[in-house]
Amino acid sequence: MTDLTQQQVRERIATRLASRHRKEKLFRGLGIASIAFGILAVVVLFTDIISKGASAFVQTQIQLQVNYDPAELGIDKVDSESLAWANFDGVIRNALRERFPDVSGRSEKRELYSLVSSGAGFDLRERLENNPQLLGQSETIWVNADDDVDTYVKSLSKSKEGFLGRTSEQKAGWINALRDSGEMEKRFNKTFFTNGDSREPEQAGIRAALVGSLFTLLVTLALSFPIGVAAAIYLEEFAPKNRWTDLIEVNINNLAAVPSIVFGLLGLAIFINFFELPRSAPLVGGLVLTLMTLPTIIISSRASLKSVPPSIREAAMGMGASRMQVVLHHVLPLAMPGMLTGAIIGMAQALGETAPLLMIGMVAFIVDVPHGVTDPSTVLPVQIFLWADSPERAFVERTSAAIMVLLAVLITMNTCAVWLRKKLERRW
Amino acid sequence: MQTPTLFALLLLLILVAYGTGFSRAISAARSRGGVRSLASLPSYYGVHTALWCGLPALVILGVWLAFDDAIIRALVLGGVADRPESMSGQNLLYAQIQNLAAGNLVGETTPQLSAAAAHLNSLRQSGQWLQTALILILAVGLGAYALLRVTPELRAREKVEKVLRAILLICACAAIFTTVGILMSVLFESVRFFQAVPVSEFLFGLHWSPQMALRADQVGSSGAFGAVPLFTGTLMVSAIAMFVAVPVGLMSAIYLAEYASKRVRNFAKPLIEILAGVPTVVYGFFAALTVAPFIRDLAQSVGLEASSESALAAGLVMGVMIIPFVSSLSDDVINAVPQSLRDGALGLGSTKSETVRKVVIPAALPGIVGGVLLAVSRAIGETMIVVMAAGLAANLTANPLESVTTVTVQIVTLLVGDQEFDSPKTLAAFALGLMLFISTLILNFIALYVVKKYREQYD
Repeated sequence: MTDLTQQQVRERIATRLASRHRKEKLFRGLGIASIAFGILAVVVLFTDIISKGASAFVQTQIQLQVNYDPAELGIDKVDSESLAWANFDGVIRNALRERFPDVSGRSEKRELYSLVSSGAGFDLRERLENNPQLLGQSETIWVNADDDVDTYVKSLSKSKEGFLGRTSEQKAGWINALRDSGEMEKRFNKTFFTNGDSREPEQAGIRAALVGSLFTLLVTLALSFPIGVAAAIYLEEFAPKNRWTDLIEVNINNLAAVPSIVFGLLGLAIFINFFELPRSAPLVGGLVLTLMTLPTIIISSRASLKSVPPSIREAAMGMGASRMQVVLHHVLPLAMPGMLTGAIIGMAQALGETAPLLMIGMVAFIVDVPHGVTDPSTVLPVQIFLWADSPERAFVERTSAAIMVLLAVLITMNTCAVWLRKKLERRW
Repeated sequence: MQTPTLFALLLLLILVAYGTGFSRAISAARSRGGVRSLASLPSYYGVHTALWCGLPALVILGVWLAFDDAIIRALVLGGVADRPESMSGQNLLYAQIQNLAAGNLVGETTPQLSAAAAHLNSLRQSGQWLQTALILILAVGLGAYALLRVTPELRAREKVEKVLRAILLICACAAIFTTVGILMSVLFESVRFFQAVPVSEFLFGLHWSPQMALRADQVGSSGAFGAVPLFTGTLMVSAIAMFVAVPVGLMSAIYLAEYASKRVRNFAKPLIEILAGVPTVVYGFFAALTVAPFIRDLAQSVGLEASSESALAAGLVMGVMIIPFVSSLSDDVINAVPQSLRDGALGLGSTKSETVRKVVIPAALPGIVGGVLLAVSRAIGETMIVVMAAGLAANLTANPLESVTTVTVQIVTLLVGDQEFDSPKTLAAFALGLMLFISTLILNFIALYVVKKYREQYD
């Protein structure tokens, strides 16, 4: 440096300054681009799911004039036994034939019958069961259309031609006739929220999965929250500093990073093979998810215990409280909001978890809504996984719709957690 | 008595024990001049009695419930003269007996089976009686004993607190139990697997096709367990993911920590963290139905052959999933770098980016490395995205446009559905699980060590 005159130094700085500033701008630009990429990913993900799934909340339905004709149904009174045998499909076929009287020939008729969902008979049965006086009467009702029809009708709103798929030209003609006369329209898809899984897309719903998720989460919450809080209290308030506690802490930190599927292996080997608990049950799912969420809950509970200032403990001790009393009467209530927030976040994590539940058999095809924690059931994320594998086009929108429901629940839970933290957390 | 009824009765007994313990303490104190003469508050005497009444009974009930099925099964099967040797044969036989005992077996029965079913029913009956009697006697007896011990001198609070403390300790040990449980479950089955398939073949074999022949004369399914294609597939998908996640995550953390105004930070940070809250199955669906077809079409438009399930699609989406993980961990360590270092660098005339690159990042590097290692362990263990988007074919390839399979995918495919526990096919899943557990464990250890070692450098 000493060899250079001041002039030369100034020149060098000046020449390099431009490139340094360019680099600065570039660096900054890269930062902005990264943020933009992240936000873009969120936006693309959500618009993709919503654009695919929004149409599943409506379902094409057909208006039919059905006659609960005892002769056609093959029953003379309304009770559960005769209803189980009654020929509701025949009633629907009659109604379809009446609507399109000029259809003849076996294959054409079969084509006609396939306009209506094969589950429509169950709707009629339910209707008749609840209103026994309808026997022998006629009424106008809306029944679900078949999923091919549904797919075609929905695709019409996107393009003029529409996606025919397995739908024949002739069928498309009937569909358009029905649409023109207002006997076919898209209505709110109640089935999606009231039914369990089904092989037929138009009859498939998320109710069973939602109830299964609820049971699983209840088991998880009932076990992981008390155990997690107790563990946090011990580690934060009572544990002596020794190897044993170090071992526990290392374990907790490690478990927090163990892949979730390994917990599934644990559940399979220990809960199902060793203890012979029932497969596919929310009880086992809850147990596995408990082990998985425990580290999260312990870590957040410890953080919130830590944030209670020592002065509270000292004051209570000064009043003669025992250590257990200090914790249970003073520290724990103050730390509770933070712990609850942690618990909600842990539950949200558990609700979205899929892989370990696949291991313990919650992938079975289950139609019935579970009634208890030992009934076979599935959960919402697994239902999404199963539907995503189904070849029918109509399942794509249902999968996306199920994802929308799942995301809505998760966002609600996380918002609750944030709200709770803002509302109840005290700054000392 | 059915177990739920018994449980309810037990809870009632515990409540009664609390009440009587409480009132007995007060009445014992009355003759000595009121509650002040008691060693502890009256409620502690109540809890003390309730614990004596309930705790042993509950523990015994839990142990009973955990083991009674297995014991009954062993007893019933032990009574059957010519029972099959194999585990699956025994399972089948026991299921038959169970169905018969429940009265819903269709088809013919042998006298031996019906005898076994009757045996099962009588065992269940007497087991139920024994259970009820044992639990109730235990609860009432110990409750009464504790009640008799209620005297003003009894230091009830200390005893109760001791028990509570023990319960807290047991809960804290849950983490250890879980680790031990994981180790045992994967280790035992892996050992059985390695008895059938040599370790060297598993670790270094290049061919993976786990279909086992069910019959000796079956064609074409010999079962090959060379896991190298799975390891390379896992590494490739994870590498692609890290290629996306590390630069994007790190740069956004730097921008948010060093450049962004408070408003931008408050807006962008939660938005990016949404990505962390999205369930993996949603990413899997997105990867399989949106990203993979997009990549295939893109590759075809430039004349490349691409499979519809590609490592690239799975890796890209996984990278997006890990962005918030990397960014929030780096954010923490970048914020932990003291301001004085930045001020020093800026004061010497360096630009902001030079400060970040030459001062802040080197200072935060250990933390960042630790975070990246944790992210890698996450990518290795991630399951749903690869199950849905990466494919099942065990290709040994370096082309990211081809479909590859990973360790987690194979665990899922081997274990989902019906399975038998003595075939190498299912045991292979546990061996893969062991590999997964060990590798993530090592990564976590290194990461935690690095982070811990350098965290408080500047404090």
